[in-house]
Order: sequence, then C-alpha cells, then structure tokens
Amino acid sequence: MIALIVRRLAGLIVTLLLVSAVIFAVMDLLPGDPASVILGTSASPDTLAALQKEMGLDRPLAVRYVAWLAGVLQGDFGRSYTYGVPVAGLIAERLSVTVPLALIAILISVVLAIPLGVQAARHQNGGWDVFSGLFSHVSIAVPAFWVGLLLIILFSTTLGWLPAGGFPGWAGGVGAALMALLLPAVALALPQAGVLMRVTRSAVLEVMNEDFVRTARAKGLSEQTALWRHAVPNALIPVVTMLGLQFTFLIAGAVLVENVFNLPGLGRLAYQALSQRDVVVMQDVVLFFSALVILMNFLVDLAYLLIDPRLRAGVR
Amino acid sequence: MGSQFLSASTALTRRAVMGLAMAASLVLAAGMPAEAAPKTSLTLGMSVEPTGLDPTIAAPVAIGQVTWQNVFEGLTTIDRNGKVQPQLAESWTISPDGLIYTFKLRQGVTFHNGEAFDSAVAKFSIDRARGADSVNPQKRYFAAIDTVETPDAATLVLKLKQPAGSLLYWLGWPSSSIVAPKSAADNKTTPIGTGPFKFVSWTKGASVELARNPDYWNKAGAARLDKATFRFIADAQAQAAALKAGDVDAFPEFGAPELIDSLKGDARLATVIGNTELKVVAGMNNAKKPFDDKRVRQALMMAVDRQAVIDGAWSGFGTPIGSHYTPNDRGYVDLTKTYPYDPQKAKALLAEAGYPNGFSFTMKAPQMAYAQRASQILQAMLAEIGVTMTIETTEFPAKWVADVFKGGNYDMTIVAHAEPMDIDIYARDPYYFNYKNPTFNEILKKVEATADPAAQEKLYAEAQTILATDVPALYLFVMPKLGVWDKKVAGLWENEPIPSNVLSEVHWTE
Repeated sequence: MIALIVRRLAGLIVTLLLVSAVIFAVMDLLPGDPASVILGTSASPDTLAALQKEMGLDRPLAVRYVAWLAGVLQGDFGRSYTYGVPVAGLIAERLSVTVPLALIAILISVVLAIPLGVQAARHQNGGWDVFSGLFSHVSIAVPAFWVGLLLIILFSTTLGWLPAGGFPGWAGGVGAALMALLLPAVALALPQAGVLMRVTRSAVLEVMNEDFVRTARAKGLSEQTALWRHAVPNALIPVVTMLGLQFTFLIAGAVLVENVFNLPGLGRLAYQALSQRDVVVMQDVVLFFSALVILMNFLVDLAYLLIDPRLRAGVR
Repeated sequence: MGSQFLSASTALTRRAVMGLAMAASLVLAAGMPAEAAPKTSLTLGMSVEPTGLDPTIAAPVAIGQVTWQNVFEGLTTIDRNGKVQPQLAESWTISPDGLIYTFKLRQGVTFHNGEAFDSAVAKFSIDRARGADSVNPQKRYFAAIDTVETPDAATLVLKLKQPAGSLLYWLGWPSSSIVAPKSAADNKTTPIGTGPFKFVSWTKGASVELARNPDYWNKAGAARLDKATFRFIADAQAQAAALKAGDVDAFPEFGAPELIDSLKGDARLATVIGNTELKVVAGMNNAKKPFDDKRVRQALMMAVDRQAVIDGAWSGFGTPIGSHYTPNDRGYVDLTKTYPYDPQKAKALLAEAGYPNGFSFTMKAPQMAYAQRASQILQAMLAEIGVTMTIETTEFPAKWVADVFKGGNYDMTIVAHAEPMDIDIYARDPYYFNYKNPTFNEILKKVEATADPAAQEKLYAEAQTILATDVPALYLFVMPKLGVWDKKVAGLWENEPIPSNVLSEVHWTE
C-alpha cells in the first residue's frame, strides 16, 4: 500500500510540472500586456519599456519560466504586479476565507443531501422521493448567485439579521466571521446538495437491490439497520467522489457568489488578476488550483481504500 | 394560597415590567444617535479596488480616488470646481515668456513618516516622474521641464524648454503627487504623503483604512473624521445591499443607474447626481474606409439620438455632449446642435458620400454595461439609415488596449475617456482615432503657449468646435456621478472635475 502511495505521489509531481509549463505558455499567449494595463492610455513608449524592464517582462519566455519555477520550488511565488506584495501571502489570505466557506458549504450540503437521498431511495417513488426530486431539480436549476441575492434581500436588507456582504476577518472574532460566511455558504451549498442528493439516491438504490442487503434483512435486521449499516456504507464511493469534486469546485469556482457577497476569496483574486493581467498571480493561483485538483483526486483514491476493504486487499 | 399566587404573579409582573423598561431604555439609547456626539468615522464604497496605492507609478483612477488629497498632496491642487489652487506651493511667479516658474514652498510641512518637505523633496518628486526610468503614467506632463533648481529650501524653480500653459493644472494631478525620498519606493503598499489622512492598513480585496493626521500642516483644512474606510464592492447588487443595510455610509460613484430608483425610496439615503469627466465616445478609425470620409462620420453622428442613448444605456442619467469636452471643463461650449439627430439628412449625406445603400462594419465593444448597452442602441439607430453594425465584445482593458488602442485594428469602438481636459488626445500621434488635422494641432499648441486662462478658454472653444464638425468620434454623453450617501454625511463632492474622493471636509452633521 505504501509503495502505491509513493508511486501515486511521484506521478502527481510529474503531472504538476507539466501543468506548470502549460499554464505559463497559456498565460503568455493571452492578449494584452501587463505594463500597458498598469500605465493606461497616456503612457509613452519609453515609459512602457521602463516598466517592462522593471517587471522583468523584457526577458525571453524560457528564462522567465525557469525563474518562476525555481522560485516556486523554493517557496517564493513571486510578487503581485498590482498589489506589490508576495503572492504566497495573498493566496494564504484568500484561503482563510475560501476554505472555511467551502467547508461550511460542504457540511450544509452533506447534512441536507445524504438523509434526503437515502430516504428518497428507501421510499422510491413515494412522497419523500417526489419531494427530494423536486428539491434537487430546483436547487440545481437555480443559479447560486441568484439564491445569494434573494438571501441578502431577505436576511440582510429586510430582516437585518446578517451582514449584506464583505468579510470582517478572523481577527475581529470567529462569530462575526462565521455570520459573514453563513449566507454565501447556503447559496453555494444548495446546488451542490441537489447533485449530491441525486448521487446518493441512485447509489443507495443500486446497493439496496444487492444480495447482501437481502441477506441482512433475512438475518432479521430491521429495514433501517440494514439500510444504514449495510447499504449506505457500500453506496459511499460515488458520494465521496462527488464530494471531492465539489470541494475543488467550491475552492476554485465560487467567484460569482463571492462577487455577490463581496467576499475576498480566491476565486475573486483569480478573476481580478485576470482582468488586470497580474500574470504572476494568475500563474500561481492556477497552479494552486491544479495542485488542489490533483491532490483531491489522490485523497479520494485514498478514501476508497478506507471505505472499501476489497481495494485494500487488492493492493496489499 | 390565593395571596401567595397573587404575590408571586405580582413579583413576576414587576420583574417583567422592570425588564421591559430596561430593554426599552437600551433600545431607545441605541436608536437615538441625536443625543450622542456625531460619528467620526466613515465607510465609503468604491466599485474598483485600486491596484497599488501610488498614483505616481500607475494609471488606474481608483488609486487617486483613495489617496489623492487624502494621503498625497501636490505643489498645486484642483478644487471641487476644477480650479487650480496652491497647496504645497504657497505661491508662484511665471516669467513673461512663460519659461520660468518660481514656486515659494510652504514651510513646516512634514510627511507622515516625519520627513520634512522642502525644495529638495519637491525636486526629487519631479525628477522621479520625468527621469529616464520613470514609470509615471503622465510622464508627458513633465516633458516641457528642462531643469529643476533649488536656490534655497523654500524655493523651487522650473525652467522649461517651451511654454506649458497647463503646467500648474498638471502639477495638481494625482500623478504629480509630492512623495518623500525615503518612502517613495514603498508607496505602492504603504503610501506616505503630507495629506490630512495617514494610511493605516489595506486588506487586499476588501478595504483600505485611513486615519486623521494629527500633525497636518494646514489647521484650517484638517480632517474632521478620525477614521475613513474605503470598501471595495464590485457587484452593483452588492453595492445596493451594502447601502441599504448601512454597511457603507456613502457610495460617491454608485455603479448601476438602473438601481438608483430602488435607493431613492430609502429615507435614510440621499441621492446626489453630479457630473464626472467620463466622456463616452464611439471612436472611429479615421484612417480606414469608409470612416476616412468626413461626410460618413457626420452622417453617423446625425443618425444618433443622444438622449435615447442616455435613456437606454444609463437609465436617463448623463449629459449629452457634442465634442470631447464636459460642462465641468473651463471654456465649455454646447455643441450638441452641430449635427443634431436627423435620420433623413443623415441618409442623404451618406448617399452623397457614395453609400446610398449604407455599409457594414464591426463595433468592438468592451464588456462594461454602458458600452454594451450603448452599442446595441447605436446598432438600432444606424440600421435606420441602412448601416449594419456587428457588435464584437472585447475585454477591457487588456485586450482592448492591445487590439484597438495600440493595434488600431478596429472600425468603431466605444469607451468612456476618464482623464479630465484630455482634448489634446486628438493631436497625439499615434492615437487610436488616427485623426489628423494640422489646424487642430496648431490650436492645442497655442493653448500651451499662453498661461492666460481667458485666452486658453477661447482656444479650447475653437478646438471643441473643430471636433464637433470633423466628428473623429461619435460624441455621446458624459457619465453622471451617481452619489448615494447617508443624509447626515456632508462635505462630499457633488461633481468630479478630477477622479477623487476628497475627504478633508467630510463630516457627520449629527
């Protein structure tokens, strides 16, 4: 098993190296020059040249790539053109918003989706099933940012219970920070819950018809016990796969909801960096996202081993 | 038993009443700020987060909107009416030939880091802006300066190569801010100036905080607020929500005109509609057929109903313009009647130019709401005279600058020109309009040759008229300044003769 993990880790590093080269090349192909974005439309050519030199953009592509990669390997991710501060710090700041947000959203989504999905499977075509089918359709169809707007109108501008947006930071108290993350987390969680519920339902349905569940029932276990002790654990693999995907999506793809709630998250950093052509930040953020996806896949694979004893036996 | 019950219930009632009274007094106390002293902190909303906080090394207007006149000051400044006023230069004299400017500098001014301001610091700032490796976005403003001399600590002498009649105005710009030699290199992240506010912190992606400078040199102009926080909220819906929820006290430039009505209903908020310097113009590639023919451009101008564009693109807020000049600017002439809306005449003129059946072209429209909406309205209007416009969305600023502005690869485009008094862009070569008119260039040269405001205004009127007649771009409207703020906030600028949020006079009235 250890050998397998080491092999997977080595593959992971090679993949990341390839990805880094692709990222760098693609960023270089983007139209637009960072120096002219910074200096605007009145700058003369000599001023532009001076800034390009200052930013190191006058060096050849390969030289810049090697310099960036060498920096990254030593933990130096470079400096943002626009903010003028190290990118590593910027990403860390944003993660302190995005990671808790994603975790709360995942938690809400799991708490909603798994019981709903299991109940729907148990009472296939019954009332529960119809209700949760409706729930999943609606929550997937409705865009998260719009749900966010509705939540703001209800809970912030009308009732005044929760802040309309922004993030006070963790230094100002955990309570205030969690309050600021609650509405966006709900907005993010609903569509995820809809998807997760469907996956749970179909996975449980499939397992419920397996022989071992019938055996468990025949053994004298109640339907509930058979369901939760035998069917659900065996249905978890697709659910965990889905959770892994959703977590990476929530880290990288929450930009619309972050915008509506004005949260300084990682998605917005990426978006701003793109529109400002803050190339260093873009490279680092995309590399970070890629690393995250690769790592999540790896962790999901590990989770399979934990969930399914047969897989463990296979690699021993 | 009965009495026991009674007394218990009385005690309960009494406790409840007392509790209620206490709660009520608390609520009243919280709800009656009139009895408390006026607030001394202000949270101000902005759509765009600045990219760095040094206006002398980057162009985005958001930088000046946070720092100019708050953290940074100049030798001169520009007041709320767009007029030049003395600031770190107390007074000045100009030699009769307009080539020597002698500034008497203010004494006893210190930067927020304790460095003293004197002629050497002023020379450092100007040399930094005009030097060989300067990255000042308005370096051209310093091009006329030949030498900078400092006869004594309180005197600065600028000797020019040729007269520059706008020099005093340019020295008031954010990009001409006076910076301290020791701290200049770090101003991008920790700005240090001489202004009434000190920089405190910048939470990237969220806010910038400033605090009153207790050692400010100008006691009369000292800040009245103790603390000012700029919060950056890009999404228009989120801006409206923040205003309604009271998370921000003021949004001097609210982003969405279509949401203004929903804020007008809020009794706590005041909506103040003013003017900006943002000229929305549809620039044409004057070097390319058929836009190289003046008659074609004039015909297109006559096909445009400016008020309809304003109504459709910006909910009716905005002022029509007939040239590249705003009602804020000195010497403004209303030229919207030079080629007024007249589709019949437009059609006839188009036929005269050899296009009786119209023609087709591509509009490269940036993603901003005003540009997209205005393009769609122009498309419909031009269709009326047989001209077919295809709209192609382009990404602003990066792709637009590369493709349209520098590459000149376009037929027509539409952007809001933000820089005040930038009519000289039509005399720049190269510039994306590819407009070439020696008479116009001559007039702009004459503007710089004189320092007499009346003479300059006359020349500016001539320049405006030439553009209105030649129509190198379709002149549409000036963006409004949609100010929304708490009714108890006073002192914010109603108009914006230069992109800014000057906070020194801002205060709470109760």
